[in-house]
Order: sequence, then C-alpha cells, then structure tokens
Amino acid sequence: MRPLNPFNKPQPSNDPAPSRWSYRMERLWLTPSFRRIVRVGMPSFLVVASLGLYFSNADRQQAIADKYTEIRRSIEERPEFMVKLMAIDGASTGLNSAIREVMPVDLPISSFDLDLEAMRKQVESLDAVKRVDVRVRKGGLLQINVEERVPAVVWRGPDGLELLDGDGHRVSALQTRSARPDLPFIAGEGANAAVPEALALIERAAPIRDRMIGVVRISERRWDVVLDRAQRIMLPPRDAARALDRVLALNDAQDLLARDVTHIDIRNPDRPTLRMSSDALAFMREMQGIQVKNNQ
Amino acid sequence: MTDLYQSQRAMRNKRQAAMQRGVIAVLDVGSSKIACLVLRFDGPDSFRDSDGIGSMAGQSSFRVIGAATTRSRGVRFGEIDAMHETERAIRTAVQAAQKMAGVRVDHVIACFAGAKPRSYGLAGSVDLHDGAVTDNCVARVLSSCDVPDYGENREILHAQPVNFAVDHRSGLADPRGQAGNSLSVDMHMLSVDRAPIENLLYCIKRCDLELAGIASSSYAAGISSLVEDEQELGAACIDLGGGSTGISIFIKKHMIYADTVRMGGDHVTSDISQGLQVPMPTAERIKTFYGGVQATGMDDRDMIDLSSDTGDWEHDRRTVSRAEVIGVMRPRMEEILEEVRVRLDAAGFEHLPSQRIVLTGGASQLPGLDGLASRILGQQVRLGRPLRVQGLPQSVTGPGFASAVGTCLFAAHPQDEWWDFDIPVEGYPARSLKRAVKWFKDNW
Repeated sequence: MRPLNPFNKPQPSNDPAPSRWSYRMERLWLTPSFRRIVRVGMPSFLVVASLGLYFSNADRQQAIADKYTEIRRSIEERPEFMVKLMAIDGASTGLNSAIREVMPVDLPISSFDLDLEAMRKQVESLDAVKRVDVRVRKGGLLQINVEERVPAVVWRGPDGLELLDGDGHRVSALQTRSARPDLPFIAGEGANAAVPEALALIERAAPIRDRMIGVVRISERRWDVVLDRAQRIMLPPRDAARALDRVLALNDAQDLLARDVTHIDIRNPDRPTLRMSSDALAFMREMQGIQVKNNQ
Repeated sequence: MTDLYQSQRAMRNKRQAAMQRGVIAVLDVGSSKIACLVLRFDGPDSFRDSDGIGSMAGQSSFRVIGAATTRSRGVRFGEIDAMHETERAIRTAVQAAQKMAGVRVDHVIACFAGAKPRSYGLAGSVDLHDGAVTDNCVARVLSSCDVPDYGENREILHAQPVNFAVDHRSGLADPRGQAGNSLSVDMHMLSVDRAPIENLLYCIKRCDLELAGIASSSYAAGISSLVEDEQELGAACIDLGGGSTGISIFIKKHMIYADTVRMGGDHVTSDISQGLQVPMPTAERIKTFYGGVQATGMDDRDMIDLSSDTGDWEHDRRTVSRAEVIGVMRPRMEEILEEVRVRLDAAGFEHLPSQRIVLTGGASQLPGLDGLASRILGQQVRLGRPLRVQGLPQSVTGPGFASAVGTCLFAAHPQDEWWDFDIPVEGYPARSLKRAVKWFKDNW
C-alpha cells in the first residue's frame, strides 16, 4: 500500500552494519601512523607548500625585500636616530681639521649607518693621534675624544725633518729646525727606532747641554753625541749611558771638552781614545821633540 | 592432520605477533549475539612483585579496552548460515569495539559454539632412550598417539595433553626432567566440522582481520565460569546459549570432554511465538520479562498483554497469564536439560569424583532454572558467571558473555596444545645413513 504522505519515506532497513568501505575507512583512521600523517603531516605540508609556492615568485620576493628595506629605512631615519653634529675634543686646530677631512661621513646621518669602529681606525691612522674613542652621544652628537701625540725630538730622516714622540712614532713633518728649537735633535738612519735611548742620553748629557747639537745614530747600532766646534763623543753600542757618564766625569775633572780634541772615542770602554786636531797634534809633537816626516 | 598442524601453528605465530603489538580482539560468534572485546596486553611489568598481586589466572596481564555487542544475524545453531549477514554483524561489532578502544585491531581470536564437536580420548606411549624426559620426548609421545578416524570433512579444534605418566606414575602435569623408562600421555582431541570453520574464516577475512586462534565456545565458557577448585576437582559447565547448548567437563584443570546440544534459548522463544501466536520479538520480550520455569499460584493471576497491531480487535487485545507462558517454556527447558543429561551420561560424568554442574550462558538467567536443573542434572548445580577481568564493562559481565570472557583468558594464557611442540625429527639421520650405505653398495 502506498503511503499517503509523500514525505513518509519507507524506513531503510534496520541494519546497523557499516558498509565495507566505511569499515575500512574507520580502520584506516584508527591506524596511528595514518592518523599522524593526516593530523600533523598534511597540515604542515600544506602550510609549507603554500608558503613556498607564494614565495617562489621572484617579483613577490623582490616586493617583500623592498618593503622590508623601506620599513627599516623609515625607522632608521627617524630624527631620534639621526647624528647631526660632530664634536672633537683634545685635538689641536690642525689635527681637528685633519680629522674632519679624513672622517668618511657626511652629517646628518642615521646612527645605524655609522660604523664607529671603522671611524676609529680611520682617525687612529693619522700620525698625530695617539688614542681616540668615537661614540654617539645623546642629542645626535658624534663625540670624538682624541689624545694627541706630543713631539719629543726632531729627527732628520731620509725624508727631511720630522717630529717624533717619545716612542719614536712620527708626529708630523717640520719645515725648519728653528721652528722647534726647544726639542732635542737626533739624526741618522734608524734613529727613530731608538728614540727612548736617545732621550735618555740627552738627559744624561744635561751638563753639556749648551754645547750639544744633537745625537747621531751610527749604523743603527750606536750613538755619537755631536757638540759644537766639531767635537764628537763616540759611544759604544752597549752601556752608552755609563760611557757618557765617564766622559762627563773626565770633562769635570780635566775639562776635556774645552781642549783641542775632535773625537772622544769610548767605543771600547776599556780603551778610551782621543783624537786631537792636527794643530794640536803638531804642537804636542813639537813639545816632545819628535820629528815627523810630513808626507804632504 | 599435518595441514591442520601447520595452520594451527601459523595461528599461534599470529597470536605471538599480536601479543607483540599488544592489541588483540576476541570475537564470540553466537547464535543470538556477536560480542567483540578488544584486549590490550600490558606486558609483565605492570605489576611489581612487591604489590603481592601476581598474574592470577591471567587476568592481570591484559585489560579489556573495547567491548561491543550486536544482535547476531545469519547464525543458527552456532554455525554461520548466511555469510554476508554474519560478516556485516561481525563488522558492526568489531567497528564499535575498535571505536571504543581507539585502536585498530588486526588479529582476532574467535570462538563459536556449533559445528558438532566430538571428543576423543587419545593415548600414546614411547620408550625413553636416555632415562629422562626431555622436550623432544614430550613431542614424540604426543605424535605417537594413534589418531582415530575422526571422519572426512572434520578438523581438529583442540588437542590438549591432559595427563602424562612416566612408567607407572600417573597424573603428571609436566613430566619434563622426570626419570623413567617409558612416557605415556592421555590426550583430549576435539574435532569439529570443517565447513563452519571455513565459513568463519571467510567471514573474518572479509572483515580485513587475521584469525590468530580459534576456540570452542563450550571450552571457553568452562575456563571462564568454573572457579579454580571446580576445574581442579572436576565439574561440568553447561553453556546455555541462544542456538546451542555447550557442555564441557573439566578435571585437573583440563577439559576432558566437550559436546553441544543443538537447542537453546532461541527454541524457547520460537515455542512461545508458536504457542501464543505472537511475533518473535514479542515472544523474546515476553521470555525475558516474564519467563520462568516454576509456576506458582500467583502466576495464574499475573496477566500479560499480547498487544499487536493487526487491526483485528479480538486478536490485538489478547492476554495470557504468566503460568501459561511458563507452561510453554518449561517443557523445552526440560528437554534441553534432559538432552544434556544424556550427553553427560554418555561421557561418563557420573564416574567423576565431583558432580558439580555450573550453568552459564544467556539462557541460564531464566528464573528458577537452577531448581529445574538440580532436579534433572543432580543436586550440585549452581549458576555461574564469568570471571571478572580487568576493564570489562558492566554490561558484558553477565553469564551470556561467559564464552567471550573465556576466549580472553584463552588468548592470554592458552593451554599447551599438541601443535605447541615441534614434530620430532626422529630417525631421519639413520634413514639417510642407510640410504647412503645402500647407494655405496649399489655402485661398488
């Protein structure tokens, strides 16, 4: 008999059994490895794959990189990060201008773009600078604290007159000796490598300061003290100071340097030698009654 | 027989694999319901020795994590009658149990009631060469049993060594290491029809499952509902199922006899249906709500409505008294129990020292059955329920699940069967040596 109500469908057979396929699917779903793949593996794969697909386009990569740099730029160029002034402390006027010249930056500049270490190296490469520290201070100020080298001696080297500091480091060139008459004078090749030694000698030679012209490095090995009237004190390579002390003692006792002696040779400390001028030699021989055949 | 030996061995290996994986399903294919339990084996570490709980009867080493029951379809007398119907019912039960357990099961141990089981007592005896019993000797004595002609199209379901005797000392459970001159064994062999087993195998295979063991449901009901001393001293377990009634006799913790009566609760229902002219579902309902076997005066006044929907006023408004229902049910129950009595007598149950009889199975819930049974079977009758196992839901603890729970115990702690021992390779070296000598003689 056909039911009158069309919506009253005949009841499906009262069979609770799952179909073969739904049973298999259920069993598959209960398999732990399959479950892991579906619940963890597949979503993560999808995310990775879609991201990879999205970023594989070169234009998009470029756009994202551009956007990134733009945002970075805009943050870096905020006024809070800009450096507007440079202050140099502890430098003389000439050095000040030299530093400003070598400084590789054009202010104002963002503090992110400053390479303080490179700037420090740059400034330190100037001869007159002994030590420098560079930092960015509050208020957009680039603070450079400089410690200058103090010239201690004048050296006549292969390139002309130069000022050296106490360690022998070049400070600057010098036009004439008379520009710095207050500094002692050294000469000779390799003298700049032994400036502390020279300074020690010059200090020892204080009693004859008014007569001393300078010290000369001989063969990068030993020193000569040059006095006026073309007198020279030739010092040994070792224990030069003590040898000089001996000469000075001799001078105190016998007024040696006032005599007509050209060289005082103490290179061999056991046998100090004097070289007299030719007139004095002749006079002495005459006194002693020695006839010397003069070859000339 | 070797075929079966191999296939039973293969099932043992599958069971081992399932134990390794830790999950196995138990399937009770009955005539009225199909039950599926999913077991998880915890391994031996779940109990510490200091707890004082050992593995008692195997129930501590596994846990039931999924249980499902469905109405059985296509099964009659405990045998598969309509394959696809049964397959669908198995699928329903397995899927629901899997869902409850949350794991997928691949291996299943099945039990079924039908297939006309027949018991045989086998005896074998061998001489001991080196004076002591070794594993090899046990295997030899098992294979020395002369197997009776159990018939074409029959398979061996169980073949359990029941008793060992060394010389004249009998009653040994484990003879290994004993000294003596001869070893003899008594073996209990249960054969069933081949066709129902093959049908069951086919159905289980269609459900993408692998059969890891198979048990007779009367055996399973016996190991779950007989308590330990009953199994030890001797008892019979009567599993009153829907389509068939299983009988198993235990002594010394071994089953020595099993049989089925091809009658059960479904026949009672059909009697009510025929006698009162009501449909089967109504008859089932009347049986479960008002059924009984012992009528009292009160039952004459207890009227039951037989409401139906045929349109015939007289037919739809019949009533029947409870005494009439009992009058329909009682002869059938008596018939079943008398048939059981006949089988027990045939097995020689009256010669056992203990005459304990345990009724279990779904039909044993009939009120007053124990009184009726004690009148027919003997005085020592009790109603049995299956052993409690860990994790078993309340709904499947009733006597109807005795064989399902028994199969769980069977899965966890199977008894030694004949195929657990390797076939001895006796005589092989001697024969090959003889053959070599013969070859030399023939050629030189």
